[in-house]
Amino acid sequence: MGSNSDYTEKRRYISKKRDDDPGWVEEEPPYYFLFTTYLSYLILICFGHLRDFFGKRFKSKNYRHLKEQNGYAPLNSDFDNFYVRRLKLRINDVFNRPVTGVPGRKITLLERKTDDYCKTFQLTGNTRECLNLSSYNYLGFAQCEGPCADAVEQTVKKYGISSCSPRAEVGSLDLHLQVESLVARFVGKEAAMIISMGYSTNSTTIPALVSKGCLIISDELNHSSIVFGSRLSGAFIRVFKHNNMNDLEALLKECISQGQPRTHRPWKKILLIVEGIYSMEGSICNLPKILEFKRKYKFYLYVDEAHSIGALGPSGRGVCDYYGVNPDEVDILMGTFTKSFGAAGGYIAADKNVIDYLRLSSHASIYAESMTPLVLQQIYTSMSIIMGEDGTNEGRERLERLAFNARYLSTNLRRLGFIIYGNYDSPIIPLILFNPAKIPAFSRECLKRNIAVVVVGYPATPMISSRARFCISAAHTKEDLDVILQACDEIGDILQLKLSNNPKKLSLEEILKIEGLSNDYDKSVCIKKLPFDFLIHTELPIDLYKIRRQTIAE
Amino acid sequence: MATSYPVLNDLFIFLNSTITDISIVYSRIPGSGILLKYIKNSHQNDPFRTFLEALLVIFAIIYLFTNKYRTDNKLIDLTPSEVEELVEEWQPEPLVPTITESQRLELEKTPILNGPQGPKVKLVNCKNSLINLASFDFLGLTTNQLIKEKAIQILRKYGVGSCGPPGFYGTIDVHTEFERTISEFLGTEDTILYSQAFSTIGSAIPSFCKRGDIIVADQGCNFAIQKGIQISRSIIRWYKHDDMQDLENVLLKIKNEDIESGRRLTRRFIVTEGIFENSGKIAQLPKLLELKKKFKYRLILDESLSIGTLGKRGAGLTDYYNISPKEIDMIVGSMCTAFCSSGGFCSGSFEITDYQRISGPAYCYSAALPAVLSACATESVRNLDRNPHLPAKILSNTSTFKSNMSNAKYVTIDGCPDSPVFHIRLNENVKANSIEEKEKFLQEIVDEVCFN
Repeated sequence: MGSNSDYTEKRRYISKKRDDDPGWVEEEPPYYFLFTTYLSYLILICFGHLRDFFGKRFKSKNYRHLKEQNGYAPLNSDFDNFYVRRLKLRINDVFNRPVTGVPGRKITLLERKTDDYCKTFQLTGNTRECLNLSSYNYLGFAQCEGPCADAVEQTVKKYGISSCSPRAEVGSLDLHLQVESLVARFVGKEAAMIISMGYSTNSTTIPALVSKGCLIISDELNHSSIVFGSRLSGAFIRVFKHNNMNDLEALLKECISQGQPRTHRPWKKILLIVEGIYSMEGSICNLPKILEFKRKYKFYLYVDEAHSIGALGPSGRGVCDYYGVNPDEVDILMGTFTKSFGAAGGYIAADKNVIDYLRLSSHASIYAESMTPLVLQQIYTSMSIIMGEDGTNEGRERLERLAFNARYLSTNLRRLGFIIYGNYDSPIIPLILFNPAKIPAFSRECLKRNIAVVVVGYPATPMISSRARFCISAAHTKEDLDVILQACDEIGDILQLKLSNNPKKLSLEEILKIEGLSNDYDKSVCIKKLPFDFLIHTELPIDLYKIRRQTIAE
Repeated sequence: MATSYPVLNDLFIFLNSTITDISIVYSRIPGSGILLKYIKNSHQNDPFRTFLEALLVIFAIIYLFTNKYRTDNKLIDLTPSEVEELVEEWQPEPLVPTITESQRLELEKTPILNGPQGPKVKLVNCKNSLINLASFDFLGLTTNQLIKEKAIQILRKYGVGSCGPPGFYGTIDVHTEFERTISEFLGTEDTILYSQAFSTIGSAIPSFCKRGDIIVADQGCNFAIQKGIQISRSIIRWYKHDDMQDLENVLLKIKNEDIESGRRLTRRFIVTEGIFENSGKIAQLPKLLELKKKFKYRLILDESLSIGTLGKRGAGLTDYYNISPKEIDMIVGSMCTAFCSSGGFCSGSFEITDYQRISGPAYCYSAALPAVLSACATESVRNLDRNPHLPAKILSNTSTFKSNMSNAKYVTIDGCPDSPVFHIRLNENVKANSIEEKEKFLQEIVDEVCFN
């Protein structure tokens, strides 16, 4: 990077693993906030039970759906429903906000109001245009104009909307083959197969690859679709601590040497499933280390690049590209088109014999509807632009702008003193909020300042680390990011969020003075390990609503 | 406590002052006096108890700081070198088995359309224009100009991708519009939209059916239903395909088991399809409803193929039998069949849809359907409303085709007469020994039809 200063001026950066990068950072909060977070949940739960206690006695009509009704068991049990009824309902206004138009640099929200404390909402008819930090529009291809939309329009005229049939019947179009070969070329694999939904790409491919007698080793924070697919497969599932390579190695050693449970026969095969970027953590998997293990332990590697494809690497080709690793070393590369390509659906890329087998045995290819022509065209055009095959420099520019934006925002939020998880290069930037009351507060304060952010709490995250998540796009300008920094600075003061023990905190004015990315970015964020580690990583017995955290298969 | 050794003297002074300091600090903690008094008293009464309690405290501390307790501690003790050796020795099976010759043929013979889908299509490796009897485009909407125009109009306003799950700014107004339109069309309270038809029922079933619940399902159900049932971890009972007598027997048997074992009341579901994809039969809804009410079950009905095709208005099985759709607890439909778009939906009461919005995995954790596809499906539903003669036309085409085929010597047509989906099977007049031989024979027919 000889021309670094040049890049800084143009507000561009190349997404590539740097040797001085501190990698994945997970800073822990001061004790006080740890304590108050648990206390808050305790109070919420106590009040919930109190309200239930009196509600069931004095307003039993409202609780009828939780009780047995003329011989029918209730649809959802009182216990399962507690979290939704008593905790989520209070802050329903920050979820499922309806939108209209293109989810691009800005997003148009439909304003709504509630008269019954978030039980129901009514649209007011007004709209509000917000800076969009919520959509997975990494390369800014969510557009209703430009080359992609033009090409899609032509395709709709020629092909119509849908082919009304699965791939294995009469749903395969010539367009499918074109897109598949382009995807294979893009990710650097022999062949690829596309599936009309990202979620089912995982949930149908994993059962086709492994079955009883096989072992799936899965990162504890893997996406729900991976968990779903793994459970469907019938294989035995073991989980290792998020991105923790020591834990992974210990697990590998144990599993291979011990063999299958009870019978102690050797495993038929072992499939390690990791994600490129974790969508809630912003952490990038440690691929070089995993490949080192792969050579030694001979497992098969499945990398879910749902968020990393298009968003990482000098040429946008995902986590292999980012680390400069040959994609041949990874057995199966999975990804989605929903994010960087502004389309929908997913792909599986692998050697030709694997893809051939999957076409014959994957449920999605035999039973699920094929991808629609207009979505195929969006993928084809956007991918060609990223690859520079349209003859312009636009793809490269988008990639470098995204890389700059991601690094700029995550570095500067850290400098402001927020606790930010994940890698510096990740376009997903989680800002940790801790106390549950700060979840809606952060979202509402952002909305006041016309910024749309995603906030998540337990059960999608561990109880302690509720967070706001920023998704950065190439469509954002540096001015947009400065607006965000300013808003976060204000909100951070109001909500007491600047909890990092980073000794080199800077004020907003100082940060804005630094043009672009300064090279001496902070390795200073020290990771303080708490002695009461178990408090943070253990789930409390009040584990009411366990969706995401997977357990060892029974 | 003066001693002749100055070093020891210093030590005692240090100890003394430390103990004094600690006791001062201790006395400042509110409530500490009470605790001390309590310990003193109990020690005085029963010194052994102090000893026990101290042990208990030490145990608690050790327990908190040791590694997690494991239930599967049936591991064999191995030395590190043995582990290394085992790791060295282990050889995995290949990731996928090599495909057989017949599978290779199957792959090669998968038709690939050259150009658009429609009533007549062209294949990549074949010059002839072929009549399309394979796609689910019942209403002939693939070539509909109005829908194409609508698609372009929406594309120019919304772009293609939704770039986010419904919970995080992915609920677009066109989605709600579709949900409203289809609910009105079917006559249900509310609808929830999924982004793929195949995943819809596989997500709707496990969001309600949990461990301990009971699912009674038709043996001939399609693959998506089977997977949905499998993932739910409920107790599963099958009844013979389309056999209402057997269903009744199964339900009776479960009832008797309930009484014998005295198990508590759990959720019970009957799962079946409107038109069976695997047989072309139409479910006997009146009988199903009767049994469901008698035994207090909820009914999940997959109407992927029947919505848009059956009934006077094309509103599916309930329309066909003239039964109120509110009698059915969950109606699952597809937008990639008659409505010629993509995606799926689940219709029912507010309670049913609302709960899925937070617990349906394929709804919560997947990106929302592209706005264009949702708008096209809305347009298709309206189109069907505007052209109420279409279902009757499907019916008459079906019966014309079936009556012409009824005299064929070597094949028989399966399924109900009214179903526009049917299987043509080789009958006993064909002399074939194995399934492979039959498949080969059928493939030859297909090749003959396509290429000559």
